[in-house]
Amino acid sequence: MKLAARTYILAVLIFLYLPIAVLIAMGFNESPLYQLPFSFSSHWYVELMSNRKLLNASWNSVLIAAITAVIATVLGTLAAVALSRRQFFGKEALRLLLLPPIAIPWLITGTAMLVFFYWTGIGRGFHAILIGHVALAIPYVVLVVGTGLTTIRADLEEAAMSLGAPPVKAFFRVTLPLLAPSIFGAALFAFAVSLDQFVVSYFLATPGSSTLPVEIYSAIRKGFTPEINAVCTILLLGSVSIFLLFTLFAKPGASRDRS
Amino acid sequence: MTAVDVTAIAKSYGKVEVLSDITTHFPEGSFTSLLGPSGSGKTTLLRIIAGFVIPDTGRVTIGERDVTRVPVWARNIGMVFQSYALFPHMSVADNVAFGLAQRGVKGEPARREVQRALDMVHLGGFGTRKPKQLSGGQQQRVALARAIVTRPSVLLLDEPLSALDRRLRQEMQVELLRIQRESGLTTIFVTHDQEEALTLSDKVAILDRGRIVQIGAPTEVYERPRTRFAAEFLGDTNFFTGTVADGRVSLRNGMRIATASPLPANGAPVTLAVRPEKITVATRDAAPEDGLTNRVEGAIIASLYSGTALTYEVDAAGQRFKIFAQNRDARPLARGDEVTLSWSPDHTVPIEDAP
Repeated sequence: MKLAARTYILAVLIFLYLPIAVLIAMGFNESPLYQLPFSFSSHWYVELMSNRKLLNASWNSVLIAAITAVIATVLGTLAAVALSRRQFFGKEALRLLLLPPIAIPWLITGTAMLVFFYWTGIGRGFHAILIGHVALAIPYVVLVVGTGLTTIRADLEEAAMSLGAPPVKAFFRVTLPLLAPSIFGAALFAFAVSLDQFVVSYFLATPGSSTLPVEIYSAIRKGFTPEINAVCTILLLGSVSIFLLFTLFAKPGASRDRS
Repeated sequence: MTAVDVTAIAKSYGKVEVLSDITTHFPEGSFTSLLGPSGSGKTTLLRIIAGFVIPDTGRVTIGERDVTRVPVWARNIGMVFQSYALFPHMSVADNVAFGLAQRGVKGEPARREVQRALDMVHLGGFGTRKPKQLSGGQQQRVALARAIVTRPSVLLLDEPLSALDRRLRQEMQVELLRIQRESGLTTIFVTHDQEEALTLSDKVAILDRGRIVQIGAPTEVYERPRTRFAAEFLGDTNFFTGTVADGRVSLRNGMRIATASPLPANGAPVTLAVRPEKITVATRDAAPEDGLTNRVEGAIIASLYSGTALTYEVDAAGQRFKIFAQNRDARPLARGDEVTLSWSPDHTVPIEDAP
């Protein structure tokens, strides 16, 4: 039984990681047609450095992801704090409406944005992709920060106020430092959501503003070289680092008082 | 050191009236308990005085200052929360210094004040620790030091001892009383523990369904409860309901009970209350004690032995009595023993509300 279980887990892991391992390995294989035998070469990484299109798309991706992370984190954190700590008109409606976008297929969101942006004159391009990504990332931030807030007792802020701190100061001196790990985790989450995003970016991209996933997709359609593997490996490295940072910092209650 | 007054305070949440027409005076330097069951409005009243809750009507004054519309952070209060609410990311010293920093006290003077406050709660050497590294009782004392270091006009305590175990709670009661006396702070203490309220307070205010049903010194509210609720909430009580007849109260079973308190006119219905420890229980042959002129005969129907004391239940002509007796006799009385109960009219108190 134990052996069967182990074999099963091993099979799952192979299924998950073998294609990725092959992808990474082939980026270091000299053959442009992915032919064996394997012969180590960093040729494709060197090639990549002179591929303006892929490099430009990578830069766009990272830039959009970074700006998305900042904007979505600020807006999402404000929404999460308001939802958990303040009373205002329409609060329940906002709470109900903030999360379903996570469940709406990106294809629909992307189509809707394309039509809406065209109609309102926002159009397509870098700025349109950015707006789209921020909108996609906000619900995740609200979710992560909102969960973090539930572990911070509301009476801490009351205690700060009783000691003479106005509400804004109480928030910045007490709640925000305790919430920092969640906010950082949420920012990484927003960054990853944006970096991985394909459908919305594809719909909203213009020739100069396309992101890496969009560029990889069009490269694959045209017939491609292991440069793609090289860029995917780099992207993978970035994503995995983010994931590791996220698990390190956003572990619920990692550095929080839960008594 | 300032007196606190609340005048005609009312508060409703939707259709639920949490407090209605509360007017009371908390004298300068006094220790007052707000005592009541959950839902009696005691915590809401405290939070109104603190400024976390705005009353629908009425006024709160601290000293000469009307603070009804003044926000919490400008009221100069000290508050201890049930969960202590210590800032987990700050050291003990930083927690205590927080209120001083809000008042512009920083650097060496702040450090001195913090040390003084921590010494006062016997935690002088704990300044660099994090709250998490302290026991519940120690956290409680840090919370107290943090609340008093700013020399607030009033100290508000929201069931601060309820999370502690029994022995620690008794220790903290003594500490709290000492610190309150030393600091001279006007203190308002919310609790649902009647013994705690009686032990600590100069005055006890008993709340029931949003009203103060009685307020007075501990002995006064305990010895002379004005309502059935007050009598029952502060310990056990024997109630007798009858009608006034020739300066006594005659019960339906024919018993006639005397009270030292004034009674209404003949024929009026009245309920009397007698505390279980005021009644002397003796075997039929024992000589009567002086002054205990209320005497009835009955039989023990239950006897509970708990070491220092005994609890008896006695049936006397259909009327049930509960009696607390010291464990002094050679042999505790047992079920079926024929006994005489006697107690003083001084300890027989008519209560005001209908039975």
